[in-house]
Amino acid sequence: MFKAVETPAETIRLQPTRGFSRVLAPRELWRYRDLAGQIAVRDITVRYRQTALGGAWAVLQPIGFMVVFSLIFGQVAGVSSNGLPYPLFSLAALVPWTFFANALLLGSDSLVSNSALVSKIYFPRIFMPAGVVAAGFVDLAISITILLIIVFAWGFVPSVAILTLPLLIAIGAAAALGISAALSAINVRYRDVRYVVPFAIQMWLFLTPVVYASSSIDEPWRTLSAINPMVGVVEGFRWATLGTGNAPWDLIGISAASALVIFAAGLAYFDRVERAFADYV
Amino acid sequence: MAATAIETHELGKRYRLGLSRRGYGTLREALVEAAQRPFKRKRGEAKNGADVLWALKDLSMTIENGEVVGLIGHNGAGKSTLLKILSRITEPSAGYADVTGRVGSLLEVGTGFHPELTGRENIFLNGSILGMRKAEIRARFDEIVEFAEIERFLDTPVKRYSSGMSVRLAFAVAAYLEPEILLVDEVLAVGDAAFQRKSLGKMNEVAKEGRTVVFVSHNLAIIQALCTRGILLERGEVVTDAPIGAAIDSYLRTLESAASADLLERTDRDTRAYDETLVRRLEIQNRGGAPNVVVAGQPATIVVEVTEELPAMDCQLTIANSLGQPVCTLDSKVSAPVDARDGQIGPRIECEIGELPLLPGRYRIDVLVMAKNQIQDGLQAAAFFDVEPGLVGGRPTAAAGEGHIVLPHAWRLPS
Repeated sequence: MFKAVETPAETIRLQPTRGFSRVLAPRELWRYRDLAGQIAVRDITVRYRQTALGGAWAVLQPIGFMVVFSLIFGQVAGVSSNGLPYPLFSLAALVPWTFFANALLLGSDSLVSNSALVSKIYFPRIFMPAGVVAAGFVDLAISITILLIIVFAWGFVPSVAILTLPLLIAIGAAAALGISAALSAINVRYRDVRYVVPFAIQMWLFLTPVVYASSSIDEPWRTLSAINPMVGVVEGFRWATLGTGNAPWDLIGISAASALVIFAAGLAYFDRVERAFADYV
Repeated sequence: MAATAIETHELGKRYRLGLSRRGYGTLREALVEAAQRPFKRKRGEAKNGADVLWALKDLSMTIENGEVVGLIGHNGAGKSTLLKILSRITEPSAGYADVTGRVGSLLEVGTGFHPELTGRENIFLNGSILGMRKAEIRARFDEIVEFAEIERFLDTPVKRYSSGMSVRLAFAVAAYLEPEILLVDEVLAVGDAAFQRKSLGKMNEVAKEGRTVVFVSHNLAIIQALCTRGILLERGEVVTDAPIGAAIDSYLRTLESAASADLLERTDRDTRAYDETLVRRLEIQNRGGAPNVVVAGQPATIVVEVTEELPAMDCQLTIANSLGQPVCTLDSKVSAPVDARDGQIGPRIECEIGELPLLPGRYRIDVLVMAKNQIQDGLQAAAFFDVEPGLVGGRPTAAAGEGHIVLPHAWRLPS
């Protein structure tokens, strides 16, 4: 009888790495593909475990901000919303913003909060911040659904532009992963990150046209501001979900390029410092 | 299957001192350091100076498939570091290690579990970390649960497990998910005796199936029972690589010479310690005050001299047989009316034993000194001593008796 030959066990050479050999090792990532999925699923299940409202938080956060912003910036301050109802105007921006902010907040802490795993077992460490970002997609899907329901209820109909949403989400996710990978790596060494991130996210919110329209900024600053990748994402979301206004392709293009740079730089930095995580965490 | 499971070549691991203990610094320190760096360079390679510790150095060895190897050595000899490198948790600083086959590891106390996830979810998570497919894990699932005895708690988050339950589960996961190489570090100390027996049996089985086991323990009796080959590490280097009996003998010799030398020169101290006071000398005295030879059934006093007298000091002494198997522990934190705190005693701690209930033989004493609710210093095998035959409760100690303890007792027999 012929028996199937067992694939010979692979020999792995453990040695000091030089250059970018870890994150950018597709074979290694492929070998652990099951784990990547598990970590993402785990992040989803853990995120709202022991919370009374569970997944509702995905919606409550942006809606809560929408109510407050509508009162303060829409009613009291009278910020221009390009003629759109202020609640819709802000919610369309808050949905991608909340995704981005949560990815940064949880992603930057992902290695430290999982130190039990990081210091006991091996796996490609990039799965930690990446899992957080991936888990955020579930929240994002829920909140986009609610957003669209509200948009319809308000009597708006999204145009075909809504098909650009995956692109916009990809830009936001790339930026979020690049930044949170780098921050999570720094956090391993310097816990200062924990205090900087919540503060930086608040500042960033106001540097992004969430409560105001980017059209209220003078050129060339309006175009330049799109170096902040969330500018293109947020303005793109408004255009795509509310079905009004002109396509902000200039902003989206610049933001996409910027997100790509951030993504590459963040992963490159992560790769450089990954080998030492277990010694510090 | 290849014949060699693990091969290391001039493997080295360098730690920067200060960082290894503190764990992490602040950004400000890094900025200050970065600012100083150009100046340090000029003064000549501060990086290679005294603040660098080689936890492993030029370590070359080969472990064949199916070998069961015990790693022995003092604290800080590099055993755990080696396992950490082999399980890919940390990266070597020099040389390389070739590892062939799937590695399952169980490192130190604590486990690679996610506290929020249930036992069931953690089994699957750990399985994927080992590189297994879901179907493979499912096939082994029931065995794992049965071995770990956690059926009722499968859907409870692991954070609510007792430490014993977590270790049982961790061991079961590591042993049953069929790694080709199993690395185990000192974890068995946590579980209860029944579980220890069970896991030793399982490790034996794993070994008999031709898989490779590398095992670290301070309990030389367990190592001797389980392993065929012993590698003795000292300061990150291989000192002895021999059949297990010879390796243990060699280790015992270094232990005894270390115990007779000045204890302040020992570097293998407890890593958790605060070091505000250090054990300078430890000995057990007989009634006449002579050191380290005592008689069964006679009074004996263990004297611990430390460098500093600190407020609220406490001491824990563990008497173990010469293979490191604990016989009994004496703990001053568990107080009794006969205890006294003496302002005049100076930097020393004494423990009086009224009637030494030990069988004749060779023993060692491990010591832990506490103060301010912190461990200040800890040394294993701080002293060795011999117990001479004597009378316990008026009865001669039977030299060939089983065990280590002899109890004063009285019989009532038919005439």
